[in-house]
Amino acid sequence: MTLLDVENLAVHFGGIKAVDGVGFGVDKGEIFTIIGPNGAGKSTIFNLISRIYEPTSGRIRFEGKDITAVPAHRVAGLGIARTFQNIELFDMATVLDNMMLGRHAHRRTGMLAHLFFGPRTRAEELAHRRKVEEVIDFLDLQHYRDQMIANLPYGVRKVVELGRALCTEPKILLLDEPSSGLNVEETEDMSFWISDIKNILGITVVMVEHDMNLVNEVSDRVLALNYGRVIAAGTPAEVQAHPEVIRAYLGTDETEAA
Amino acid sequence: MRFLFKTGYAQDTRLFPFGGTGRFWAGLALYAAILVALAHYAPVALNATHWLAVAIVYAVVFGAVLLRQNADGEGGHAAFWYGLLGVGALSAPFVLDLYFLSQITFVYVYAIAGVGLILLLGMCGQISLGHAAFMACGAYTAGLLQAQGFDLLVTLPAAILLSAALGVVIGLPALRMTGIYLAFATYAFAFIVEEVLARWDGLTGGNMGFVLSDPSILGYTFDSEQKMYYLAMALFVLTLLAGLNIRRSSTGRAFMAIRDSETAAEAMGVNLAVYKTTAFAISAGMAGLAGAVYAHLLFFISPEGFTIFLSINLLVLAVIGGLASMHGAVFGAAFIVVLPQLISLTKDSLPPVVGQLPGLESGIFGLVIILFVIFEPMGIHGRWMKIKTYFQLFPLYKRGTFKRQKSYMVSEKNR
Repeated sequence: MTLLDVENLAVHFGGIKAVDGVGFGVDKGEIFTIIGPNGAGKSTIFNLISRIYEPTSGRIRFEGKDITAVPAHRVAGLGIARTFQNIELFDMATVLDNMMLGRHAHRRTGMLAHLFFGPRTRAEELAHRRKVEEVIDFLDLQHYRDQMIANLPYGVRKVVELGRALCTEPKILLLDEPSSGLNVEETEDMSFWISDIKNILGITVVMVEHDMNLVNEVSDRVLALNYGRVIAAGTPAEVQAHPEVIRAYLGTDETEAA
Repeated sequence: MRFLFKTGYAQDTRLFPFGGTGRFWAGLALYAAILVALAHYAPVALNATHWLAVAIVYAVVFGAVLLRQNADGEGGHAAFWYGLLGVGALSAPFVLDLYFLSQITFVYVYAIAGVGLILLLGMCGQISLGHAAFMACGAYTAGLLQAQGFDLLVTLPAAILLSAALGVVIGLPALRMTGIYLAFATYAFAFIVEEVLARWDGLTGGNMGFVLSDPSILGYTFDSEQKMYYLAMALFVLTLLAGLNIRRSSTGRAFMAIRDSETAAEAMGVNLAVYKTTAFAISAGMAGLAGAVYAHLLFFISPEGFTIFLSINLLVLAVIGGLASMHGAVFGAAFIVVLPQLISLTKDSLPPVVGQLPGLESGIFGLVIILFVIFEPMGIHGRWMKIKTYFQLFPLYKRGTFKRQKSYMVSEKNR
């Protein structure tokens, strides 16, 4: 069953066609990876799905519903969570506050109730906190619970950001380069977590990734982009063997062509 | 090892994480009752020394009770120290002379506005140079309604609501502007409000201002310095509680999210427009409340009381007190009340060339704020935390403890 359906999606910044007629479908329960050289439009697709950018044309459907016109702040509530390529955490807040922000879309009490912090608000806070603690246990972040993000090393921030996305209880998780900036060991942990997210939590994952080891290890299907267009799609092995993909990464032999 | 194996999270939603909240309030209520009883039914007239003795005896007993409950909790002394502070604050009108009492009352009033500004600037990251306008709105609303014969139960909520509505209006530019541009937009607005107050003679009395009478609630009139002290204190405590409640709820976290990364905040489901205007509304409402009490303390209001200098004073309050915590509001308020007094005290002993300079006070304020921004950006509260940590960790304190790691590159902000 197709969970996320992208149809003929395009966005143009002035004369630059960052994404140019891309279409793909993500099935429920799979790990779907988007690869491509720098500037291929991978992150732009994520920004389009999370409604930060306005598409020039095309449709994005999630669970059969058209979300192309949904405002950006509603996307989390629909069940789409994401991480960012260069980590967008709330630096001057603690890990706990960051994760609790992941619960924002699930709040049921209003701002007026928060002024008084009555029993209902308290009960809700506790319920959210329990959910957050589950994620903290899942990602082994117990040590960092009360630390400010600004004091944490890069690798931990990456995990916290993943945790914050998980706290929204997403149906689909968009990971923008989950292994960038991580060392070998941390990348390995990340790969286990991504498989666990699919297998244990049952969350569909779409990721943009450059590390081909990680891609081969976890992905069910791969989509290759270049210059905003789809050049190949299929299993990791198929895509890597595709001549277009090899050409995109290694370039054509100029002398031979001439 | 508590941090590793947390089982109960209820403590984290409490005002005092390790317990004692109930006893804290009960103890303070009991003390207030004792004070009232003694004031009315004591067989002999009590002087300041007697009241001080009562306060000390009660503080010892109350402190022992609060400490005993928290003996097993790490860092459970918060309730104890705030308890002592509460006993001191409740006793102040009986012990201190009127001059000091009225100064502390002003500290409460500025602190009310300070809590609002810290919510806006410290938590939500939106600057405002228009807070004098909110205070003016509160002051004039309260004053004009009082002239119509309404008591505080009507005038205060009206002052809060009207200022909050004004805050929403000012908050609108915040949806499109940040930083210095927002500062100018709010400043321009404050200037408009000041002009309106000066020109709208028929309603506000223009530049002549107008005189207020003693405020009252349901026939009870606050006709002495002491009564005004308790009124300001009660309103400050309520404001502080509201501020702390916001901070520990999802609204406060949404504010912090907007401050640190608007992109990520939106991705987490925070509606930027709604929360920015809410921050302005809450902050303005608190400033309006402060303005109403301020008007009643001064008995006289005119547009001259609510110029850009008041806005800057409030900004100084927040920055010097410390933006990171509600404590900053009290520290900052004390600072802006005490510093002008110190300046006027030393004025006479300075050589006349310096002492009679017209801009001396503004100059010193400016200098102090520059020094704070350079040497202690976290304000008085930040300095206090460092001193506290130094003694807690002694002799293991390292110079770099509060140095933050350089932040990593943040992606282009998808604006």
